[in-house]
Amino acid sequence: MDVMTVISRDDVQHLAQLSSLQLTDEELDSLQTDIGNILGYIEQLGELDTTGVEPTYQVTGLENVWRDDSVIHSDVTREQMLALSTESASNQVKVPKVL
Amino acid sequence: MSRISNIIDQIKSGELTARAAVEAALEKAKSTDEFHALLSVTEARALERADEIDARLQGGENVGRLAGVPFIAKDNFLAFGAPTTAASRMLEKFDAPLQATAVEKLEQEGAICIGKANLDAFAHGGSTENSAFGPTKNAFDQTKVAGGSSGGSAVVTALDVVPFALGTDTGGSIRQPASFNGVVGVKPTYGTVSRYGVVAMASSTDTIGCFTKDIADSELIMDIMSGRDINDMTTLPDFFAPITDLKPGQKIGIIKESMGDAVDPEVRNAVNDYIEKLRAVGHIVEEVHLSMLKYALAMYYIIVPAEVSSNLARYDGIRYGHRAENVATLAELYGRTRDEGFVTENKRRIMIGSYVLSSGYFDAYYQQAQKARTLLVNAYEELFASYDVLLSPTAPTPAFGLGENTADPVQMYLADIMTVPPSLAGLPAISVPAGVSGAGLPIGVQLVGPRRSDANLLALAKSVEGK
Repeated sequence: MDVMTVISRDDVQHLAQLSSLQLTDEELDSLQTDIGNILGYIEQLGELDTTGVEPTYQVTGLENVWRDDSVIHSDVTREQMLALSTESASNQVKVPKVL
Repeated sequence: MSRISNIIDQIKSGELTARAAVEAALEKAKSTDEFHALLSVTEARALERADEIDARLQGGENVGRLAGVPFIAKDNFLAFGAPTTAASRMLEKFDAPLQATAVEKLEQEGAICIGKANLDAFAHGGSTENSAFGPTKNAFDQTKVAGGSSGGSAVVTALDVVPFALGTDTGGSIRQPASFNGVVGVKPTYGTVSRYGVVAMASSTDTIGCFTKDIADSELIMDIMSGRDINDMTTLPDFFAPITDLKPGQKIGIIKESMGDAVDPEVRNAVNDYIEKLRAVGHIVEEVHLSMLKYALAMYYIIVPAEVSSNLARYDGIRYGHRAENVATLAELYGRTRDEGFVTENKRRIMIGSYVLSSGYFDAYYQQAQKARTLLVNAYEELFASYDVLLSPTAPTPAFGLGENTADPVQMYLADIMTVPPSLAGLPAISVPAGVSGAGLPIGVQLVGPRRSDANLLALAKSVEGK
């Protein structure tokens, strides 16, 4: 993997879509350069022989941490939670039409 | 006011009230405004709490180990009294309905939060220049960066606004700004302090720690904050207890790969001076190799963006945070909200994350990085079979100039090259001041130990503190 990744404008547009980011043309241009450079840097990992190596997803060694199956009281009220949304009505959060 | 113990003693003896301590901190915050270290002050709430604590002290009550001590939290900790912005437009008006466990624990001991410190938006960065509200300036030179992402917290500690400040450290965000501003910075073992109520960045390496002027103060703050929290299932049972009888003759490895030509000669000299101090008090320092060091940054910039892309998916403009206006469809609402609410570095990381997690690239990038991480963890374990502590510079240079690295993200990432490896392995790491450069900029050394050896690192640093 020592060939520097070339990432096309379409690739960047696709990534933006996957990431739910509606970018301006200017942003797409500069991100195309940046992302190409970053991918070029991280590709050096391809040099490492990792045959037979298990991945490390977490480092605590903790497994299956349980808690009691009981209701935990919260001081936060429904009104407070709804107030965090910029648009709410009738105890509901408003969203644009989905269908 | 610079040390916690001084303030506590003065309050106990009646020389100082909690209100006077808080007023002095607020005054200092105002007079150092030009550094732009703070995004808000929580003046009304802080004074109210101070009066309440003074009344309780007058009544002879034991208020706690930090009665009346003011502090500042990085603005990604949920706290009452001001919005929690994460230095982003996305959360610019977000009033937290609850407080972070770390903040709650400090308040239970009588500490008083007086303000929220600047950071790179969502803690993405190494200079605090990615703040949506403008950069913080270095405490020693206003043309230099504060470091990051916890730049504001480091600067308020260095400027003596408060005796301690809270930060988060995912790949160096406490240690590197501590180094750039000449203060102590502690990143504990992964899982030491609850992250409940702190804006998430990369969940497999996010940690919470502190900035202080000396080691004893860090020991006290970490002792208070550490421990299991039902609201953060990655927290470890409390293991942290300050050590008063450090095992003499500690075996310390200086990592050869961290002292190469790419590292500023003044930084290398400062590390060598620190090594002489360690030897002078009877510790043993030997050169060791960590050949995986050169790959750590590449692993980090795969694993962390992957986790960032997942953690930041929650910012959709619906339930809280910024919401774009005049949109026709749900997709447009998401897309425009996220474009308006995130800074460029947030977008870069989210998109890199989306890339490395895409089918077709997953094995080559994400999976390869997690396997390489195992090799790094193993390399550390091998070294810790023979050594108690590993030593390196905290950063390859003293603070760089404002604007110097903003055009080149990879160059900016390289400032984290020393701090990222212990983060990936979940190891405790601290940065302690080790002199200044010819230009008067602070230099820090980093001490790293096996998991749960946090107290030993602090005790070791204490054995040469001020020498």
